Amino acid sequence: MRLSTFKTIVFSVLFLVNSSIVSASEKKEGDNDKKFDPKEMIMHHVKDAHEFHLWDWNGKSVSIPLPIILWTDNGLTTFMSSAFHHDDSGKEVVEKDGTKFVKFHEKIYQLNDGENAAVFDEKHNLINASKPLDFSITRNVFMMWVSVIVLLLIFFSAARSYKKSENNVPSGIGSFVEPLVVFVRDEIARPMIGEHKYKRYMPYLLTIFFFIWINNIFGLIPVLNGANLSGNIAFTLTLALFTFIITTVSGNKNYWKHIFWMPGVPIPMKIFLMPIEIIGMFTKPISLMIRLFANITAGHIIILALMSLIFIFKSVAIAPVSVAFSLFITVIEIVVTAIQAYIFTILSALYFGMATEEAHH
Amino acid sequence: MTIYGIAALGAGLAAIGAGIGIGKIGGQAMDAMARQPEMHGKIQSSALILAAFVEAVALFGVVVALLQAAPAA
Repeated sequence: MRLSTFKTIVFSVLFLVNSSIVSASEKKEGDNDKKFDPKEMIMHHVKDAHEFHLWDWNGKSVSIPLPIILWTDNGLTTFMSSAFHHDDSGKEVVEKDGTKFVKFHEKIYQLNDGENAAVFDEKHNLINASKPLDFSITRNVFMMWVSVIVLLLIFFSAARSYKKSENNVPSGIGSFVEPLVVFVRDEIARPMIGEHKYKRYMPYLLTIFFFIWINNIFGLIPVLNGANLSGNIAFTLTLALFTFIITTVSGNKNYWKHIFWMPGVPIPMKIFLMPIEIIGMFTKPISLMIRLFANITAGHIIILALMSLIFIFKSVAIAPVSVAFSLFITVIEIVVTAIQAYIFTILSALYFGMATEEAHH
Repeated sequence: MTIYGIAALGAGLAAIGAGIGIGKIGGQAMDAMARQPEMHGKIQSSALILAAFVEAVALFGVVVALLQAAPAA
């Protein structure tokens, strides 16, 4: 019963993914007067935004507005993003508490005193405005909170099912979560970190594994315009920074010795290796950051590019090919969601293992 | 050739490199698994990790190509 419900959900999501991408692309055909620009459409989907743009209806955008929270020179300013009336070219001016704001390329600008409209130079840069500190709840922030709530619900109910059961037999969602937790413990933490020390790092490894996975999956649901959270470099930077800090803090004497004074090699080689190892300390988290960001973003771009082929060729005959290919890529992307979460977790575990390894003689 | 053409060419070259690398990893992992089926799990997980390393280098190329082609944000 439960398994069939789960299967139904999975397949509904799969179909939703494709049908919604199709409809997302179709809306562009409405404005035939301007040429279809696939780059603009793709970038609009991949980048963060101040509203959930759902679809266009009779030439008007239908969207869910999100709150904009700004810290300006005059203090805190808040208003809803619907005040901009879907304008993203800096034409619509919103006045709030005596300060005027415009939105241009999904960034909020504050007009200088005495200015009434945004002025651009020939390179399309705003010249009479400055950027205030933007703490807005954008669609990425919103989807992150949604995924946090979903994760909390899953794991609290799993924990409750263990509390209720007599002999620690998992039931309900617990029987879905347990194999994954055991997988992270036995396939990732134990072999990479070692039998004695892996327990300290389990909470972090489990958190990043499930957090990255669920955000990758949410990124594939385009009903909410596919908030591309794990394809956002700030998000992956934060996760990679956590791994870097934990590695650096838990590094033992042996780890630092291997960085600054490599044992077992001649003195000139020790001096030569030191800068390389110090650079290596930083390239590890940077490659973690780029790998997740580029994988997820590239996946989104490929799906959307295949869809925009229909509108580039302006032909129905292309549609079956395009839909079939993007279905194929979507299935691959569903596998990639799990693989990328696994790779990020196992490489973090590998770095923790290197940092805590004891010297063998 | 415009800057977009060059960016696309760069992405293509990065994909060729990654293709060769991942192909070699996959082929040799298959060889190893056929030789020692009892090591199947270990070989598979280390092949995945190595593929991720190779892929990362290709993705650096893709990111650079993207930065060239994407409109200045």
